[in-house]
Amino acid sequence: MEYGSRVLEICENPKNVGAFPKSAADVGTGVVGAPACGDVMKLQIKVGDDHVIEDAKFKTFGCGSAIASSSLVTEWVKGKTIDQALAIRNVDIATELALPPIKVHCSVLAEDAIKAAIFDHRRKQAGAAPTTAPEVAP
Amino acid sequence: MDNHSTTPVDPRVLARMLPFFSEDFGNAASRSHAFGWKAEAAVEAAREEIAKLIGATGREIVLTSGATESDNLALTGVTDFLASKGNHVITQQTEHKAVLDTCKALEKRGVAVTYLGVDKYGRVDPQAVADAITLRTVLVSVMLANNEVGTLQPIREIGALCRARGVLFHTDAAQGVGKIPFDVEAHNVDLASLSAHKMYGPKGVGALYVRRKNPRVRLTPIIHGGGHERGMRSGTLNVPAIVGFGEAAKIAGAEMPAESSRIQALRDKLARLITAELDQVQQNGHPVERLPGNLNLSFAYVEGEALMMAMRDVAVSSGSACTSASLEPSYVLRAMGVPDELTHASIRFGLGRFNVDEEVDHVARLVVAGVKKLRAMSPLYEMAQEGIDPASVAWGAP
Ligand SMILES: Cc1ncc(COP(=O)(O)O)c(C=O)c1O
Repeated sequence: MEYGSRVLEICENPKNVGAFPKSAADVGTGVVGAPACGDVMKLQIKVGDDHVIEDAKFKTFGCGSAIASSSLVTEWVKGKTIDQALAIRNVDIATELALPPIKVHCSVLAEDAIKAAIFDHRRKQAGAAPTTAPEVAP
Repeated sequence: MDNHSTTPVDPRVLARMLPFFSEDFGNAASRSHAFGWKAEAAVEAAREEIAKLIGATGREIVLTSGATESDNLALTGVTDFLASKGNHVITQQTEHKAVLDTCKALEKRGVAVTYLGVDKYGRVDPQAVADAITLRTVLVSVMLANNEVGTLQPIREIGALCRARGVLFHTDAAQGVGKIPFDVEAHNVDLASLSAHKMYGPKGVGALYVRRKNPRVRLTPIIHGGGHERGMRSGTLNVPAIVGFGEAAKIAGAEMPAESSRIQALRDKLARLITAELDQVQQNGHPVERLPGNLNLSFAYVEGEALMMAMRDVAVSSGSACTSASLEPSYVLRAMGVPDELTHASIRFGLGRFNVDEEVDHVARLVVAGVKKLRAMSPLYEMAQEGIDPASVAWGAP
């Protein structure tokens, strides 16, 4: 299949490949997909006290479109608040990358990965509230 | 390095073909003038070359548009002709779609089809063929060499047992002919599908070998018309393409021994260079019983299409779902029991006549660099490094 120029460009030089320590309280990790389906995305966000995503990293097992989708969303979520990041839709990703219909599921996976990372972060915050946020205690 | 998909036309083949587009444009069926005679003579000479390559006679060669048509003609033509005798066909799961889809079409017409399984190397057990034969069985179809993993089938044994049981034996020989020795007598074959573009000839031309004696095979045509090809395949012959096919067959016959050992050495070198630098590389297919130019590797934790992209100036193919229009991973690797995650991680290299040593070095370097780069960004490789087997994780439903 012919790739769009954006996908090729990103795959040549993907941004934000890497990992944060999974156990850190300010890190949210989302892993979506399955090896048997040929796509696994792991997306991590590092969230500041102001609910702004300071940094994001990914690792992806999947085709070029899956890699490009992950790289793109890590760039997009940086500097956004959690609520803004939750508003990212797969169609935005698919449009930006000019994904053909058969590759749209890659953008769906990327949207799911952001959500999964945000939920993981929320879960940690809820569970760890007393120790990580003593300064907000009255 | 995708010579299983198709091969370039050998310049010697092209040179033989060209006059038949211009000065020698006659219709091989025109009996009344010299243009026709010349075309007919050229077609008959080509037919002899094709026959010679597989140990047949010219009168046993039915020229077609390619192996797909030959497979259709063999399966449909034989089952139709023998409908009063039986209605059962035996084939196996890693056949080309030209065979499998024809069988599906036959099933809709009331023919019963048995799809035999294969072992982890992709081979069918001749005993399983013998066990599947019933009184209603009219045809067994098992390919000579597989187009994805290069595995050679034990067709000599299968042919012999079919002969003993009075069942016709067809083999799709498109991938093997011209690359490994194939002889319709020695291999006990009654029908064989051939394709010119897999052996440095032009696309859109092929042949079906149809045995004329011991036993004489009869079949019902699927293309009706002017009665060309002894009534088995009507239509004005594509003279330039047939001439090219004949020349390709002649070259293959003369050069096969030297060529296949040269290609095999290149293939083995490619495998060696890659596996020396990378761990967790699985070779798919049979270690020995395989096409000399075929190498099929699964690079654990790396998706095949992404790897093809990382080595974009090299033509290879992948069993990954992402490369197929249907989003289904390779049914061949699946039938061999290769887990889906390794099927997605598979790459097929097909070396051929025009590959040279430097290309092997170049491709090996690109593969090694690509796999390393992609593993560095693979969450599965990361898990494996941390001692978690990705296969042990409960992944979400697909
Ligand atoms: C084993 C096998 N059979 C049949 C075919 C179809 O041949 P053709 O392209 O000549 O129709 C191919 C090629 O794709 C093949 O590899």
